[in-house]
Amino acid sequence: MSNDERGSFGTHGTGDTSGYGGLVRTQVNAGSTERPYGGYFDQVADDLERAYPDFADAIERVVVDRGELTLHIKRERLVEVSLILRDRLKFENCLGVSGVHYPADTNRELHAVYPLLSMTNNQRMRLEVSVPDSDPHIPSLVEVWAGNNWNERETFDMFGIIFDGHPGLTRILMPDDWQGHPQRKDYALGGIPVEYKGATVPPPSERRSYK
Amino acid sequence: MSTYVDPYASSRETTEGTVFSVTGGDWDSLVTEIGQAKEERVVVNMGPQHPSTHGVLRLVLELEGETVTEVRCGIGYLHTGIEKNTEYRSWTQGVTFVTRMDYLSPIFNETAYCLGVEKLLGIEAPERANQIRVMMMEFNRISSHMVALGTGALELGALSPMIFCFRERERVLDIFELVSGLRMNMAYVRPGGVAQDLPKGAVAKIRETVAELRKNFKDNEKLLVGNSIWMKRTEGIGYLDLAGATTLGITGPVLRSTGLPWDLRKMAPYCGYEQYDFDVVTADTCDVYGRFLIRIAELEQSLRIIEQACDKLEKSEGQPVMVADKKIAWPSQLAVGNDGMGNSLDHIREIMGESMEALIHHFKLVTEGFQVPAGQVYVAIESPRGELGVHLVSDGGTRPYRVHFREPSFNNLQSTSAMCEGSMVADIIGAVASIDPVMGGVDR
Repeated sequence: MSNDERGSFGTHGTGDTSGYGGLVRTQVNAGSTERPYGGYFDQVADDLERAYPDFADAIERVVVDRGELTLHIKRERLVEVSLILRDRLKFENCLGVSGVHYPADTNRELHAVYPLLSMTNNQRMRLEVSVPDSDPHIPSLVEVWAGNNWNERETFDMFGIIFDGHPGLTRILMPDDWQGHPQRKDYALGGIPVEYKGATVPPPSERRSYK
Repeated sequence: MSTYVDPYASSRETTEGTVFSVTGGDWDSLVTEIGQAKEERVVVNMGPQHPSTHGVLRLVLELEGETVTEVRCGIGYLHTGIEKNTEYRSWTQGVTFVTRMDYLSPIFNETAYCLGVEKLLGIEAPERANQIRVMMMEFNRISSHMVALGTGALELGALSPMIFCFRERERVLDIFELVSGLRMNMAYVRPGGVAQDLPKGAVAKIRETVAELRKNFKDNEKLLVGNSIWMKRTEGIGYLDLAGATTLGITGPVLRSTGLPWDLRKMAPYCGYEQYDFDVVTADTCDVYGRFLIRIAELEQSLRIIEQACDKLEKSEGQPVMVADKKIAWPSQLAVGNDGMGNSLDHIREIMGESMEALIHHFKLVTEGFQVPAGQVYVAIESPRGELGVHLVSDGGTRPYRVHFREPSFNNLQSTSAMCEGSMVADIIGAVASIDPVMGGVDR
């Protein structure tokens, strides 16, 4: 993700009178982390490379940040790698899937994040898949971790990511006939203005705010 | 079809067959009509407004006679959009939202969220703040288990345990009120520490409460442990073994009832849990009775932890409960005034009368909040229901970019079908109660 940030306090418009209003800082996400990753992460990466010879092709990036290991993986390889992680590396648990919408990340707008847990080795790691908004398909992991069933339905409901091969991909929290996917960034929070002592308080998403 | 319209059980024809709406206690016409029907298969909607489905949970049951052949859960009736709402508030204000998700374990939601924010910031709460968090979490575990045990018993027809469990829960809520000013949804744990230090005399009051609770828990146990009627309703019911639990991503007492001693307080300690001496309780029966026994035994373990926390709190008297970094620590100090709790007069005097910079600082931090470096984290803690995980994403701004909670209730509720299919209708109640789902947490 790269996001240009304008102004020193993240204000929009001309709120800043400090003289730093024209400042533009470009934030770019950290690229791949170089080895050694530290802790048990090297061991996990080594084991996966041994068990899955196509590692270099399937894994786009390896990121170690704040003591957590993230493998950015191509969606075509997700199921194969998950099976190996489950059966060979003993990551028996997938703790759901969390969608994140990055509208600025062109052609990789929708991310799905899978936290994994190995109870056998007491290890944690994370898989991250990015897909374009125009083609929001990710293979379902319900066949690998059955407990992901509802989590994938929730992520479909909230972000519109379609999990191919899911046994019953329907909305789970919103009503069946709901339009849109509420947790995407282009979906307005909504709310109604509230009148208080003669003044009108706009809904939170329309208030003047810091970034 | 009879021409008589039963006001309590009216029927209408649909493409799916005859649909009955049973609202009162008069089932006569329903029974007569079903007696005439060719197929035995009946679909029953249990909930969402049903006294024994733990809040607004809807269960769609397919029955053959009294045997359940299929169970489907309908959820979402309590969806409040908390995850989305936090994206429009500062990092500190997020605490006020997340505390309202799983309303029976507010302190756990707050702590998980704050540990996530702290990990993103790269800071750690001071020792005394961690001790207070541990003490509050264990009290919260007790109050949550009290509801689980009390309502669970109530739903299976045992009234008295509910009354006693709620009495003990009140004592715990009194402690919450003493410490934070609120009995539920306290927003007490904050990024960087806790909102305020313990009031004077709190530790003595906590010790007194622990002694009372310990005595009363012993009495409560006698009501149900080993009670033959209770055991007939719970033993062998809601069976889910280790393979099933792992496959479905089940955690907490349901997982521990299969014999696996998996408890994040031991496996991945946070808030200094490694300094406390306690046991992980397991059972090997994989059934409702085992989960009930685990919750009963966890009460005593929580009391042990609270006692150790009290010892530590006595030693750390006067130490800070919030990080020293003034760019993160909430500027105001709370104090009890004549008209309730508010900002301390000393602080008001300083910002309004003495230091212009202090006023600016207060204003900026309260309205704008602090910026959190970009990145993502996943933090998990052991809530009364299992692994409560929080996935936080920051884009470097003063508001969360994405907050996602991995709610144990949400995942554990998926096991309803596995536990109930093939059992009797009445056993569903016990099985769902043993999962202890809180719909506020499931739907968020």
